[in-house]
Amino acid sequence: MKETIVIVGAGPAGVRAAETLVEAGLALIVLDESARAGGQIYRQPPHGAERPAEKLYGSEAGKARAIHTALEQIRPRVDYRPGTLVWNCFQGKLNTLHDNAQGILPFDRLIIATGAFDRVIPFPGWTLPGVFTLGGAQIALKSQGIAIGKRTVLVGAGPLLPLVASQYLEAGAEIAAVLDVTPFKAKIAALQRMMAMPAMVRRGLSYLSKIRRAGVPMMYGVRSLAVAGDRRVEGLAWTDHRGRRHQVACDAVGASFGLKPEMQLADLAGCDFRFDELTRQWLPVVGAGGRSSVPGVYFAGDCSAIGGADVAELTGIRAALSVLEDRGTPKPQQLRQLETELARHARFRAGIEAAYPFPNHLIDGIDDSLMVCRCEGVSAGDLRANFVKSGAPEVNRLKSFTRVGMGRCQGRVCGAVAAEILAAKSGLPLPEVGRLRGQHPIKPIPLVAGKQS
Amino acid sequence: MDKISVDVAIVGGGIMGCSAALALRKAGLTVALFDKGLCGAQASGVNAGGVRQQGRHVTEMPMTRRAAKIWPRLHEILGEDIEFRQVGHMRLARSEADVEMLEKHAAMAREHDLHLQLLSGKVVQEMFPWVGRKIAGASLAVEDGHANPRLVAPAFARAARAHGADIREFTPVESAQWTGQHFEIEAPDLQVKARHLVNAAGAWAGKFLSLFGESAPLTLRTPNLFVTEPVSYFMTKSIAVCGGAVYFRQVERGNVVLGGGPGWGDLTIERARNRADTTLGQFQRAAELVPELEGLQIIRSWSGLEGDLPDKLPIVGMSRTTPNLIHAFGFCGHGFQLGPAMGEIICELVCEGRSQTPIDAFCISRFDTQAVEQKRTAGATH
Repeated sequence: MKETIVIVGAGPAGVRAAETLVEAGLALIVLDESARAGGQIYRQPPHGAERPAEKLYGSEAGKARAIHTALEQIRPRVDYRPGTLVWNCFQGKLNTLHDNAQGILPFDRLIIATGAFDRVIPFPGWTLPGVFTLGGAQIALKSQGIAIGKRTVLVGAGPLLPLVASQYLEAGAEIAAVLDVTPFKAKIAALQRMMAMPAMVRRGLSYLSKIRRAGVPMMYGVRSLAVAGDRRVEGLAWTDHRGRRHQVACDAVGASFGLKPEMQLADLAGCDFRFDELTRQWLPVVGAGGRSSVPGVYFAGDCSAIGGADVAELTGIRAALSVLEDRGTPKPQQLRQLETELARHARFRAGIEAAYPFPNHLIDGIDDSLMVCRCEGVSAGDLRANFVKSGAPEVNRLKSFTRVGMGRCQGRVCGAVAAEILAAKSGLPLPEVGRLRGQHPIKPIPLVAGKQS
Repeated sequence: MDKISVDVAIVGGGIMGCSAALALRKAGLTVALFDKGLCGAQASGVNAGGVRQQGRHVTEMPMTRRAAKIWPRLHEILGEDIEFRQVGHMRLARSEADVEMLEKHAAMAREHDLHLQLLSGKVVQEMFPWVGRKIAGASLAVEDGHANPRLVAPAFARAARAHGADIREFTPVESAQWTGQHFEIEAPDLQVKARHLVNAAGAWAGKFLSLFGESAPLTLRTPNLFVTEPVSYFMTKSIAVCGGAVYFRQVERGNVVLGGGPGWGDLTIERARNRADTTLGQFQRAAELVPELEGLQIIRSWSGLEGDLPDKLPIVGMSRTTPNLIHAFGFCGHGFQLGPAMGEIICELVCEGRSQTPIDAFCISRFDTQAVEQKRTAGATH
């Protein structure tokens, strides 16, 4: 049977899924928002601005090259459409935008490999020019070969923090401080679990030693962040784990607190979600072999649960094998080995999650005056006052009354924090206040006359 | 099991039910209102927010005029800003035939003391240079405007509650019957005794017809709305167009809200969604009328569930089968402006059995005749 199989995303998950399906002789379409394959982790600079993979990806250069090469090799046999935004999924059709032209793509099977996005928690000054997410800081470096500032402070709550710090140092950028908002003792406690993947631990330690060798202060258990400066970043202040206040001068801050899956497409496709207590976020329900709750829709990579680039490659292959299996191919031999490997990664991941527990103290420290939704100008105080007045029992209702999450980002940045604030103010458990319902367009789409296809 | 007894029970916490709750409390009656979800979460909360008198059917004129007198002081009645802005509503004509239609409409409106200004294409160009050049003329209703639909019904509910109404959200009414003296209504863990029952259940109203042996050709309507990124305020009037289903307005903060055409909805699973094809088509149509819309980004879309009737008029009035049962539903996507008046009208129906505002045209029996005629036609063909 001739089926239309579509993969959305050409990062490590999407590329490995595509490769597996091509090897099985299937035709498929790969849609990717970026102009070049690799996803965020193995993002390639624009044509003409290439730099050596070792410079861009450090210890991961081999993996990055392998992904780029894999796509180049299958390209003649794949309908690969870079620069294509998928902005809606409904009744078996995707709405796409490419070069300002609208398109509709019906599919029979869909592998969602849309990756992840930085988790943002507001702190005083977070909307000032010069404050970026860690992912944003990394994109600037990988894509354009630039640092976000002349002197940068990096703040985080996950393995991306030491990685970006070492990449910035490698590129010759000046780092004023590396601040981890989770406690050091959590890492010690989680070490044994993380040792499920000794190579990953070694890699992490190499980043840390690079930071140390560069003489950059690295602190753990950091709290009460505050950007100094009126019109742009002039410094960053924080409280260390002993309660001492610090401040350094800097002109840029890269700060975000772990990752969250890019799951809007899964939401619009009608997939079921569940609340994950450990990471305090809603995640799509992933069944056997990466299957979603909707028949014919599969997950690969970080878009359904954060696992990192190596897991993304494995789950990419797994999603493709599930497609093959659902098409009637006998259960592939590889599958068992794949699941074993994924189980090892899952143990490691549990260690990572324990090493970087969700920084509740940052949520608790959100002052009434702090802007939560920068698109619509809604402060934490606005949200709390509205709850007192309206009694909104869930976050969509709060959105309806206050406009939180109604702007350009559609709550990708602020939605989870608004839910945290509502839960804290109402005394309801976080899962009960829910999550913002997905609505198209996933990202803003322009109206351009005569460009409807 | 909670047991309550009230003068009036209202099913449905949309703008009709909530404004009725407030009016009835002000008249001194005890009121309980039940909504299966949250007040104002469906048609009352997801519409385009147009507070519009022009373009209405002649039978709706008394009602819309009555509502128009309430809107300018609604923020005082409700004690909060519901973002009502009397910016004016302009209906554009693209042809001479459209202009003629606007003239006829203006003559009809004048009889109801609504004075619409008829503008030539040239005058429209001069006054509103942001309107596209293909416009043959327009009708301007200066009293009309818009409000924030997400705020109005919940504000009515809050005001009604402050006046002592028993507003119960997440309380789906499962059964209701007339005993001969009063209604007995059941919801989970709740028994209600009420002298009057108001069916203001919108898209869900059909259930409360069949419970009382009545029927109406009520279907589902799913308004298709979307909004652009904010841009500098330039569109000083709300816009609609003759014969075209597109309508739009710009809010002070800069976003342009657009609507028209069908969304998608399923009453059984209580889901509604904006349809991308409708949205793209409407955006295109709107940009033909106001070229400056071209290139703007759509950032958000939505829909909801609303009751629709074949003649695009609501059902308002006393039940034909059951005493003390009042219907107010099926506003076909244009009930928002009527809401504040409808509360008072429902209150009059409860207290006096009739309203000072003519509502005969909205009687449920109008569909009986149709049914009879349809039967007759069907009989003739056999």
